[in-house]
Amino acid sequence: MDLSAINPVVLVASLMVAATPILLAAVGELVVERAGVLNLGVEGMMITGAVCGFIVAVTTGSPLLGFVGAALGGALLSVLFGVLTQFLLSNQVATGLALTLFGLGLSALLGQGYVGVKSPTLSPVDLGPLSDLPVVGPILFAQDIIVYASLLLVAGVWAFLKFSRFGLILRAVGENHDAAHALGYHVIRVRMLAIMFGGACAGLGGGYLSLVRVPQWTEGMTAGAGWIALAIVVFASWRPWRLVLGAYLFGGVAVLQLNLQAAGIKVPVEILSMSPYLATILVLVIISVGRAPGSLGKPFHASG
Amino acid sequence: MIRLEKRPQPSGIWNAAAPVLAVLLTMVFGGLLFAALGNDPVEAIRTIFWDPLFGQFASFSRPQLLVKGGPLILIAVGLALGFRAGIWNIGAEGQYILGAICGAAVGLAFYPSEAWWLIYPLMIVAGALGGFLWAMIPGLLKVRFGTNEILVSLMLVYVAEQLLASMALGALRNPEGMGFPGSRNLAQHAGTANPEVIAGTGMHLGVATAFIVVILGYILLSRHLLGFHIRLTGESPRAAAFAGVNPGRLILICLGVSGALAGMAGLFEVTGPAAQISIDFNVGYGFTAIIVAFLGRLNPIGILLAGLLMALTYVGGEVASLMLGLPAAAIQLFQGMLLFFLLAVDVLTNYRIRIGRREVV
Repeated sequence: MDLSAINPVVLVASLMVAATPILLAAVGELVVERAGVLNLGVEGMMITGAVCGFIVAVTTGSPLLGFVGAALGGALLSVLFGVLTQFLLSNQVATGLALTLFGLGLSALLGQGYVGVKSPTLSPVDLGPLSDLPVVGPILFAQDIIVYASLLLVAGVWAFLKFSRFGLILRAVGENHDAAHALGYHVIRVRMLAIMFGGACAGLGGGYLSLVRVPQWTEGMTAGAGWIALAIVVFASWRPWRLVLGAYLFGGVAVLQLNLQAAGIKVPVEILSMSPYLATILVLVIISVGRAPGSLGKPFHASG
Repeated sequence: MIRLEKRPQPSGIWNAAAPVLAVLLTMVFGGLLFAALGNDPVEAIRTIFWDPLFGQFASFSRPQLLVKGGPLILIAVGLALGFRAGIWNIGAEGQYILGAICGAAVGLAFYPSEAWWLIYPLMIVAGALGGFLWAMIPGLLKVRFGTNEILVSLMLVYVAEQLLASMALGALRNPEGMGFPGSRNLAQHAGTANPEVIAGTGMHLGVATAFIVVILGYILLSRHLLGFHIRLTGESPRAAAFAGVNPGRLILICLGVSGALAGMAGLFEVTGPAAQISIDFNVGYGFTAIIVAFLGRLNPIGILLAGLLMALTYVGGEVASLMLGLPAAAIQLFQGMLLFFLLAVDVLTNYRIRIGRREVV
């Protein structure tokens, strides 16, 4: 085995790519959970986003339109979840699971004709001399725009939750929906918007998988990424900036194990492939101290 | 204006009628889906729901109903215990794989002995133990560290799949298999085979076990103190604490039982219909069982019926993909839709629909 073949700069640059789909899905789910809704269907929305984005990108030839399609696909699926849990008051855990099973089937059906097709993909931005800088160049200034967009989105969500009035309302709805209702806020409206935002983000994350990270369509290609995003929200104790840490940590493990496989390390491939999932469990064990939003997962029914 | 009014008690009638209504709605919307795919909807629905039972090749497809339904029912009864108590084991697929691996490993260790009476019971125990231990991981982590059992049990499915691949390619590979992945054929070896209890019916030992587990599960939930504790914890954790229920113990029991049952289902599958440990041994029974558990109202008798219905969609789906060229994914979508409609219709169990303006008091 030859560990010197692993270039740390390339490693860091590619771990950002590996982490982006999870970061996107996780930041959406964070908003949903801060509004007091537990949507376990992230995996289903991600894979639906992946296939919708892929189809749009292949048909139009534009990867950016693909991302729009991915976000729309994820958001549409999340509306289904929203209607069931918010208006028909179904159990959120069960509905989330149903959404995942449904999304996996739907995506397999939609993507039938697209297996093995090549899609247009995003090229990294070119910032001229900045991108050519040693070490920092490839890491900070030569990613594709979605990587930057995902970090901006985290910053935006952070500022929104912390400084904006609507962010305060959203948090109030998540902490105590009865009190928020008594104050005259529209609990269900706020939650529906949050759920759709979460769906769009999960869809974007899925689109990034099928359009940039892989870039191809295969059935079940998310391979648990949506669940890992859910785990990272818990790891981050519902705080946006810690999502970045969690997602990049996960991306690091995922990329490192691929590099080790390629370098021919004397550890069975299967053990290496397990490592991202084991790392997620480990992280959950170490950090399960954060306090969840007060009304998380509880159905709201204005019975007054 | 339409609004919902909470019922003082869940409606017993709707509790039973909701799954039936959900199935009918799924047939209607599934028919529309099949029509959108360019098939005759009536013919597609008939091929899925009628032909496997009474069609031309029913004598072949009827036994398959039990073969597919057995593992679904076995796993779903275990899951339902936890779901009732608000303990969400969704990693049954992983426990199913581990049960198959452990059971097969014990059976292969005795190869080529044909002492069925000794080996097979040992394999069943090993399979149950494998699933049990795999489920104990999320259980103990939850009790000790408060980690979320949903996420941990699910992550362990992916770990189990890798473990399965490693076993099929390494430790359990057939030494006479010319280097192909996969273990020896367990179903054709007298010492490890899972035979049909009644020949020609598809009723193998696993199906028989599933029926017994349905009865035991029913007695447990309706007549036993543990079943009462499970139901109480699900409906009011606070009341359960006052009644002296130890939540940690309940978590371990629920996860352990469901893991052991899933492990047994895996063992019966690997020694019967699947016949060997291979990379693609698991086909998603562990996930479909979640739908079965809900469709059966988390009640063992209901699960029995729901499991057979779900098996029918599997068998019918295969027939439909052969006869009509209906894609396999359409059936998966169809099953997901069924769960959605059930959850939607379920609102009627707990709420009344009132039309008209609310009176101001």
